[in-house]
Amino acid sequence: MSVLEVKNIEKHFGSTKVLRDVSFDMEEGSALAIIGSSGSGKTTLLRCLNFLEVPDKGSIIVRGETLFDADRPIKEQEKDLRRKRLHFGMVFQSFNLFPQYTALENVTLSEKLLAKERPDFKQNKKEILEEIESHGKALLEQMGLAERMEHYPHQLSGGQQQRVAIARALALQPDILCFDEPTSALDPELTGEVLKVIRGLADQHTTMIIVTHEMSFARDVADHIIFMDEGVIVEQGDARQVIDHPKEERTRQFLTKY
Amino acid sequence: MFWSVTQSLLDGLWTSFEIFIFTLLFSLPLGLILSFGAMSRWKILRGLVQTLVWIIRGTPLMLQLIIIFYGPGLWLGHNIWNGSESGRITATVVAFSINYACYFSVIFRGGIEGVPVGQREAGEVLGMTKSQIFFKVTLLQMIKRVVPPMSNEVITLVKDTSLARIIAAYELTFAGYSFMKSSGITWPLFYTGVFYLIFVGILTLLFNYIERRLDYFR
Repeated sequence: MSVLEVKNIEKHFGSTKVLRDVSFDMEEGSALAIIGSSGSGKTTLLRCLNFLEVPDKGSIIVRGETLFDADRPIKEQEKDLRRKRLHFGMVFQSFNLFPQYTALENVTLSEKLLAKERPDFKQNKKEILEEIESHGKALLEQMGLAERMEHYPHQLSGGQQQRVAIARALALQPDILCFDEPTSALDPELTGEVLKVIRGLADQHTTMIIVTHEMSFARDVADHIIFMDEGVIVEQGDARQVIDHPKEERTRQFLTKY
Repeated sequence: MFWSVTQSLLDGLWTSFEIFIFTLLFSLPLGLILSFGAMSRWKILRGLVQTLVWIIRGTPLMLQLIIIFYGPGLWLGHNIWNGSESGRITATVVAFSINYACYFSVIFRGGIEGVPVGQREAGEVLGMTKSQIFFKVTLLQMIKRVVPPMSNEVITLVKDTSLARIIAAYELTFAGYSFMKSSGITWPLFYTGVFYLIFVGILTLLFNYIERRLDYFR
């Protein structure tokens, strides 16, 4: 069974159609890269999955559960919105770390807030918080940031900040981890360390959607690639196939720029 | 002579201090409410707040004070403030609170809008509630942004308390001035200035302290 099914998503801002009839699905443990020029709708698609935008049409189904269906009343869509969001993790282009918290606090904050809602929180407060703390530390170690846990975001390089953001997104163990151009805001010499971390996650079969402009990275790391242009999926398929032997003329034109 | 001047100036300082403290107490929350009004989705409310801010910022505080103190007596036929010292102070606090709330609302709006949207979105995708996002993510960043402009306004307020003299409230400047008038001596005026300088000096230290405490993040 697919972990994610996206069916006929449409989204417009005013009279501009940003997404038109976008459908795809994903297998558990696979990595999907979405490529396309700026303004093609890739980021909007990702934001729809995280409910930062509400699609005008279509449905989103995770592990067989319909999280969103535009045909249902809006009230019902907003119900349990927080819980629905937790199926997805999001890594932003501009990191969006919380500046007033250390790297470790950034990673553990949301987990701690959610733990407060657990019925046994009062009883086992100490154990629960310690567990969250050590989970956070383990994630930062995995990101190669063992020495940086107590640093504040402004004391970290862009690459380090983005790795903290990845750890923060992983902390809630989402079904699908989304990356919105994770290296676009970084200096060229810092992109490598972030891509390496994402590659490591792919090797562990983390289910991921990566919006990226790094074509060779997409080719090597992703299992599937979607090429988008003007809000529609022009071509999708096996990653190497799409990059090395694109079927569509528009895909070919786009790829010659890289 | 020195001690009697000191005694009078301390009396005046107390009145100035009362005006200062109560104005802050009322104008801070009122300013926050107005800032929410100015950012409201409701166009009419936004327009009302903008008009109020325009009128209040566009006219002298002294004029507002005169209208608020004398207006009700002339319109209603009886003075709602009563003629005593406490009535004068109350009227001053009312006029000042409205005036300062308008200035504060603009500062607060800047502080709230200055926090990048990405901060709220990051909180949302991490499953936080709206109030968690406000209290755990946005609030401190907003406070950090408003401290420098707020320190300006608060220091201005200290000196604006002297405007209460126009409705004969016995505040610090009035106290110093009365010695010049009665005894023809000018040194109490300089002495009065020293009182203001110490008042503002303490506030400056306080604001420096707050800024330093918030210096650990950017």
